Amino acid sequence: MAQFLQFVFSGITVGATYALAALGFSIIYNASGIINFAQGEFMMIGGMAAVFLAAAGIPLPLAIVLAVCIVALTGLIIEKLMIEPARDAEIVSIIIITIGISMILRGLVEVFLGKANHALPSFSGEKPLAVLGATILPQSLWVLGVSTLLVVVLGFFFGRTRTGKAMLAASYNRLAAQLVGVNTNSVLLLSFILSATIGAIGGILIAPIATTSYDAGLMLGLKGFVAATLGGLGNGLGAVVGGLFLGLFEAMTAGYISSAYKDAAPFILILLILTFRPQGVFGAKQTDRV
Amino acid sequence: MSTMTSPPAVTSRQGSAPKSWMSSRFTAIAILIAVLALLPLVLPNAFYFDLVIRIMINAVIAIALNLLIGYTGQISLGHAGFFGIGAYGSAILTARYNMPPLLSLAIATLAAAALAWLVAGAILRLKGHYLAMATLGLGIIISIILNNEAAWTGGPDGMSVDTFRMFGLRLAGEQSWYWMFAGLLVASIVLAQNLVDSPAGRALQALHGSEVAASVVGIDTAAFKTRVFVVSAGTTAAMGGLAAFYMGFITPNLAAFQHSIELMTMVVVGGMASVYGSVFGAALLSLLPQALARVEGWETVIFGFILVGTMIFMPRGIVPSIAALLRKKDA
Repeated sequence: MAQFLQFVFSGITVGATYALAALGFSIIYNASGIINFAQGEFMMIGGMAAVFLAAAGIPLPLAIVLAVCIVALTGLIIEKLMIEPARDAEIVSIIIITIGISMILRGLVEVFLGKANHALPSFSGEKPLAVLGATILPQSLWVLGVSTLLVVVLGFFFGRTRTGKAMLAASYNRLAAQLVGVNTNSVLLLSFILSATIGAIGGILIAPIATTSYDAGLMLGLKGFVAATLGGLGNGLGAVVGGLFLGLFEAMTAGYISSAYKDAAPFILILLILTFRPQGVFGAKQTDRV
Repeated sequence: MSTMTSPPAVTSRQGSAPKSWMSSRFTAIAILIAVLALLPLVLPNAFYFDLVIRIMINAVIAIALNLLIGYTGQISLGHAGFFGIGAYGSAILTARYNMPPLLSLAIATLAAAALAWLVAGAILRLKGHYLAMATLGLGIIISIILNNEAAWTGGPDGMSVDTFRMFGLRLAGEQSWYWMFAGLLVASIVLAQNLVDSPAGRALQALHGSEVAASVVGIDTAAFKTRVFVVSAGTTAAMGGLAAFYMGFITPNLAAFQHSIELMTMVVVGGMASVYGSVFGAALLSLLPQALARVEGWETVIFGFILVGTMIFMPRGIVPSIAALLRKKDA
């Protein structure tokens, strides 16, 4: 039982990160129908920037805030320079563009910050807390707490604010939203900044537990994509549930079946699910028009 | 729409300009054959032979993948997985079961095609991003298996591959491999072009235009997509097997996600739905690492910029965009 609980703790901790990654995917997908393959790189840059700023002697809280700002700015620049000019291209082309962006970001980090693994200092100590016979790291509580807070804030943003509602409207029908006066270009820009910010926070939160390096974004991003697909692309609540479930599934696979196949677990799961429910667990059924 | 799909209209359109259409195609393939035949005379050493061989291997795969991406509008982010099955299947069957190389290659290719057929039924119902996700997942699972099952594959360190023997002949040395791959490349170009202009090929292109419309005019969309997926996967696996015999040593990297991306990039940068575009894309992406070797460390960044730049400024790919530009000048 204690062992099971241990797996649950590590599962939801990692799962919360996947949930944040999946939320990042969903926000951009809703605003534009684009799957942003650079989402994992946003997380990686967040973690790496925080590590290097902290190592340069900047106090941890300030380093974290700066790192988030850097990534948000990256999101803005990318959208302006590389996404907006290709706004009307085919899906395959835009997928390639975001893959290209992920390579540019990964490559730049590799050139300027090196290939080594880094760990960010934990926010409040490394001493594990005992809970019902299992232990949980204080950093895990940070991950869970901040993620929950983010989800609540996002829920408020999309449900209660004018800008959030405009973004939601644009996701349902871009043309109709334009007609009632929503500036869909700024919606797209905002979605990139928002996703970059959420990604950065996720990347920073997990950096003290899982180390970070220039290529850490690849798997994080792909698993975030799996989580988003699991929950039905574009479904915010689905993304969160999908992320948590994915984290748990992965931890249980590692604990009870095989740690070597831990990384394969999410992809086996998604293949099975897509076979039986092509629109994701929470996605609505869609019909194409000619 | 009726003029596009009713048979008489199609034949009459073809009939109106059969000569220029045929001759330009024959000119292109004749030029390619001439270049391939003369190239060995100017290639200074084994290094350059190796480079051209790699280009040809990639070109054949890109042509096959282009049938899928360019003509049916289906995306695959997992073709390196099939390449890996072909390579490791051939290597393991020859090394551990003492099978003749040609038989191993055939079995590995069939296995990859069978896997593709098996998953196609399920995943080709998917569209756009869900399909991307499914093929991506499949590729990553294969690559993780190759990394983990070290008893069979040698794990991340890789394994060596026996020499290739065919009908009692040993195929070794860059020269003989060169002719082998050159023949395969010419054959795939001819086959792909014939397929594209056959009724089946027109059906494929209709699929890309609109799946619903295609099925309404009587095209069995699911069967077509499955066939193309299986053919492209099988071709990729066969090339994977041959590449393994040629290289003599393989690592799981050749099944990695990044390799899938490279393959898809060749198709998209070269030009979707363009056979020569795939050849050009394969050449470009195979030469790029050589050209970028001077700027140590910056390869990934420059590679990324080329991807983004091509897609923004030439969304249809380099070859079709330039061809369109030339046609405009002519007119």
